[in-house]
Amino acid sequence: MEILVCARRVPDTSENEIELNVAGNDIEREELVYSVNEADNYAVEEALQIRDRVGGNVTVVTVDGEDGEEILRRELAMGANHAALVSDDAFTGSDGRGIAIILKTFVEKGHYDLILTGVQADDGAAQVGGMLAAMLDYPFASLVNSITVEDGKLKVSREIEGGNREMNEIDLPCVLSIQTGINEPRYVGMRGIRQVASVPIATLAASDLSVDANAVGEAAAKVRRVDYFVPASGKGAEMLHGSREENADRILELVAAKGGLK
Amino acid sequence: MPRIFAYIVHKTGVADDSAAELLAAAKKIDATAIPAAILTGCGPELEAACGSLGSGFGEIWKVANTALAYPNAELVRQALVRILSPGSIVLVPHDHFGIDLSPGLSIKLNSAFASDVLAIDGIEGNFLKLVRQEFGGQVSTHVRCDISSGAVINIRPGAFKPVPSVAAAGLVVDKSSEVGGLTARRRYLETIVAEAGDVDITKHNLLVSIGRGIQEKDNVGLAEELAEVLGAAVSCSRPVVDAKWMEKSRQVGSSGKTVKPKVYLACGISGAFQHLAGIKGSPFLIAINKNPKAPIFQVADVGIVDDLLEFLPELTNKAREFRGVAAK
Repeated sequence: MEILVCARRVPDTSENEIELNVAGNDIEREELVYSVNEADNYAVEEALQIRDRVGGNVTVVTVDGEDGEEILRRELAMGANHAALVSDDAFTGSDGRGIAIILKTFVEKGHYDLILTGVQADDGAAQVGGMLAAMLDYPFASLVNSITVEDGKLKVSREIEGGNREMNEIDLPCVLSIQTGINEPRYVGMRGIRQVASVPIATLAASDLSVDANAVGEAAAKVRRVDYFVPASGKGAEMLHGSREENADRILELVAAKGGLK
Repeated sequence: MPRIFAYIVHKTGVADDSAAELLAAAKKIDATAIPAAILTGCGPELEAACGSLGSGFGEIWKVANTALAYPNAELVRQALVRILSPGSIVLVPHDHFGIDLSPGLSIKLNSAFASDVLAIDGIEGNFLKLVRQEFGGQVSTHVRCDISSGAVINIRPGAFKPVPSVAAAGLVVDKSSEVGGLTARRRYLETIVAEAGDVDITKHNLLVSIGRGIQEKDNVGLAEELAEVLGAAVSCSRPVVDAKWMEKSRQVGSSGKTVKPKVYLACGISGAFQHLAGIKGSPFLIAINKNPKAPIFQVADVGIVDDLLEFLPELTNKAREFRGVAAK
């Protein structure tokens, strides 16, 4: 099976506290640690496991500047067969639809049976996978938390409310957005990344993909972020500033007083 | 002013609470708007659901089709594309169904898509002014959405307070014949109900709930010790389940369990809305987090900024004294 995974580099929220910059028009990006978006990493792992069961290849693609290569190296070290960086100044400021248009042109350059995305990026909107599927006229399922391959079709479960799972059969080719927790992504160390340092990464620009420049980028974006802000909080929590011991005592009093020990 | 529609989720013949929230959201787009409701399904359940809809909707569009007995997003999308005129604004709850339906629907309608919207500041020219969050609620953003060719807007559950409406209940308009045959390349098979775990976290007055801040599996024991001394149960947020440190049955949130304890001790939980959505009944919420800017502190009653791995053992020691339990 030929599998494409669309991945993205994002600020790593487990490594950073996200704060506003002084101008208030963006988050503070100085010294931010970036990594592959968490759900996308699960998608790559899932693709590798499917490939190892049924054969084929895994390609990872990202739309980014040259820094996007970082996460592609990481996914190659995990075991992806190919990686491609789609990069062009004309893509800057694209909204979700713009990114889906760019990815569609990339998909049409190859022959993929299965396309995976992460369900949502930390700074995203859970939208590109569903848009890409609609543009390609492929079936789509979101929030996928298990995949089995059966007779040229897939059986997938979706995470719905209350921890229940919705089982579906879906024809190929299709697009699936992968929920976190579907598998246990393999560990990749610096050594693994060094071993793939010389693996070539294809870089494609708008002209290589015949992207309609008028359909992407900031000018074409229907949805635009105007600014970042931190909302004035409601009353907020009463913060305890005592010693660790005093705070522990106070919590126990409160737990008892509010009925927690009954 | 474009026409506004609300896609109404319903179950066993009753419209979901999100119907009133979508109505409230429509009023934030245009205070004079009288949106139309759209319900898809079949049989008596669909009829009952149309009838269960409260006042406020001008028309209730009913799409009856046996293929829509289960709300398969691919089929619902086909139906909506056939009945909606270009330029419509469509409001959808941002739940597992809305996430499945809306991005693709916006492409097929050639309209804009705004995801997980939690506030609407009205319209300015061709632009709808929206508020969203990023990074698990650590920051918010103002968003401008070009609605000149319509829009699909996913509304965050719980974000819009229902408003009383004086309008009479709308007339049911049967749109079924405009939809025609529907075919899917994704077919619903069955729903597998979550397995009950060893501990029922919905039955406890006190939950010691752990999040990413617990850092590794070996530290889960710190919360278990505390819970044992206090007669509480240990619950958790999604990252703890994703990392396989606890069973899914312990997860609180929209994709996990809904709990109603008297006291909720949130330990190293940042406070993403999907997690908070699982905490009902306004428990007394105590948050411990080393990040003073964690969103959990905005909703907690009492907060402590501290390192969980240091604080929990201290709390357990104090709890033993408090409960008269001898240290192990």
